[in-house]
Amino acid sequence: MSTAATRKPAPLLRNVYDVAAVRRDFPILATKVRGKPLVFLDSGASAQKPRPVIDAVREVYEKGYANIHRGVYYLSQHATERFEAVRGKVARFINAGSADEIVFTRNATEAVNLLAQSYGRAFFKEGDEVVISEMEHHANIVPWQLLAQQIGIKVLVAPIDDAGVLIMEKFAALLGARTRLVAITHCSNVLGTVTPAAEIVRLAHAKGIPVLLDGSQAVVHETVDVRALDADFYVFTGHKLYGPSGTGVLYGKKALLKKMPPYQGGGDMIAHVSFAGTTFREPPHRFEAGTPAIAEVIGLGAAIDYVESVGRARIAEWEHELRDYATQRLSEIPGLTIYGRAAGKAAIISFALDCAHAHDIGTILDQEGIAIRAGHHCAEPLMDRLNVPATARASFAMYNTLEEADALVKALHKVRELFA
Amino acid sequence: MSDLRELYQEVILDHGKRPRNFRHPADANRAAKGDNPLCGDKVTIYLKLSPTDVIEDVAFEGRGCAISTASASLMTELLKGKTEEEANALFGAFHHMCTQEDVAGASAPELPKALEDEFDRLQVLSGVRQYPMRVKCATLAWHTMKAALEGAERASTE
Repeated sequence: MSTAATRKPAPLLRNVYDVAAVRRDFPILATKVRGKPLVFLDSGASAQKPRPVIDAVREVYEKGYANIHRGVYYLSQHATERFEAVRGKVARFINAGSADEIVFTRNATEAVNLLAQSYGRAFFKEGDEVVISEMEHHANIVPWQLLAQQIGIKVLVAPIDDAGVLIMEKFAALLGARTRLVAITHCSNVLGTVTPAAEIVRLAHAKGIPVLLDGSQAVVHETVDVRALDADFYVFTGHKLYGPSGTGVLYGKKALLKKMPPYQGGGDMIAHVSFAGTTFREPPHRFEAGTPAIAEVIGLGAAIDYVESVGRARIAEWEHELRDYATQRLSEIPGLTIYGRAAGKAAIISFALDCAHAHDIGTILDQEGIAIRAGHHCAEPLMDRLNVPATARASFAMYNTLEEADALVKALHKVRELFA
Repeated sequence: MSDLRELYQEVILDHGKRPRNFRHPADANRAAKGDNPLCGDKVTIYLKLSPTDVIEDVAFEGRGCAISTASASLMTELLKGKTEEEANALFGAFHHMCTQEDVAGASAPELPKALEDEFDRLQVLSGVRQYPMRVKCATLAWHTMKAALEGAERASTE
């Protein structure tokens, strides 16, 4: 079975960077897994880290580490400046109006929980509604379900069509007098669907409803401009953006953050503490209790610099090339179904084989050194909607190549040899 | 492929594709559902126990990977005609084979000679030891069978 022979010649790309050079910046990509060169196609779960990110974290610990926001000595001041500089960098990266609109969290999950427990608990009443979609990650479902248990809000679910596209009429029909928030993904981690975020915001704002967008996948694959979208809240996680784990971001419009009560209590978020009562700092610090992930946040800054040095538009162009090529090659495999056919989707390809379960696929690919995700992708309701117990998912990043897509296809033919 | 063939032996591929006793017996008097929340595998085990606790019939339904389907299928073949006590002994031996861990502090369970020969048929699943993420695929049906024996309605690998 010669799969390589069917490969079309590499297309002439307009404006693509040197992918081989980028790969050299990611030390882990040179490693072998089970004796085979690593083919990493699970960046949608967590991306690998380029040398500048690894170096930045190490450099903090070797040369510039101290706790932030409290020391009067040089090292603390230095660490504080570097940490706070990343706040500004993140603000510029998503075009927020000010660094004060950027709250650091552990991850996107914590950012949504923060919003639910602070904004939701303060401003929602029993019977109020939050509108989500059928393709949400558990991180944008469960925090609202917890809030529903706590104060009796309702969670309404906007459906998708069979291609994995949000059905806008049905979404719009859910927006009612009791809707207090729309909380929807900007890009599905399973289907790759990029939602029409600006239109979602426009429809919600027409009814005075604020919008939270979950941008965990979107910031990696698209250029995000929260002000152009007019998003009220935007969350994403650092580790999918080639940054360290333990870093996440909640963007909120200043006026909204200002009226939100604290999420967690502790050090660094207070103005004054006495046993008679405590006052809190202004946002964003009000929402950052305790010592944060100092070195990791500084590493996130290095990740953003790295992404921008390669160029977001160029990364998107290359990823679209990978998506189109991989989709075409995968479609040639008998019995393979791709889930998610939205136009303009991100380079995230979920699929199933009629002859083999996703976990069997995952194990066999692993033997070939190929890392993919197999399972429900933290989106069980979406699996129910697709009527599959699990899917296999190949997610592509800036460092992946057409040859890696070929390796995936070749390994899937091996799966078929074994099971079909 | 050699490592893979160790995990996906012909017997497993065969039982994965054509599971035996994949049905819902109308006269079953015990049943339990099992699921593996991590991967979404689901299985229901049906038992027909005689008044003297002999497993007169055992069958299953569900959906899962080749490992979990084959394991359930092989289990049903092995358990038919066994007593509850024998089924528990086989559970202990199987669990030990897959995990190398002792059940409830017991050392490697010793099977009576007669059961030992039959148990050998399950050795084809011992390859999961090399794949920690897949051990639960192999043990799900057995945990669910044990829950059914004990009169519980649900079992989970968590």
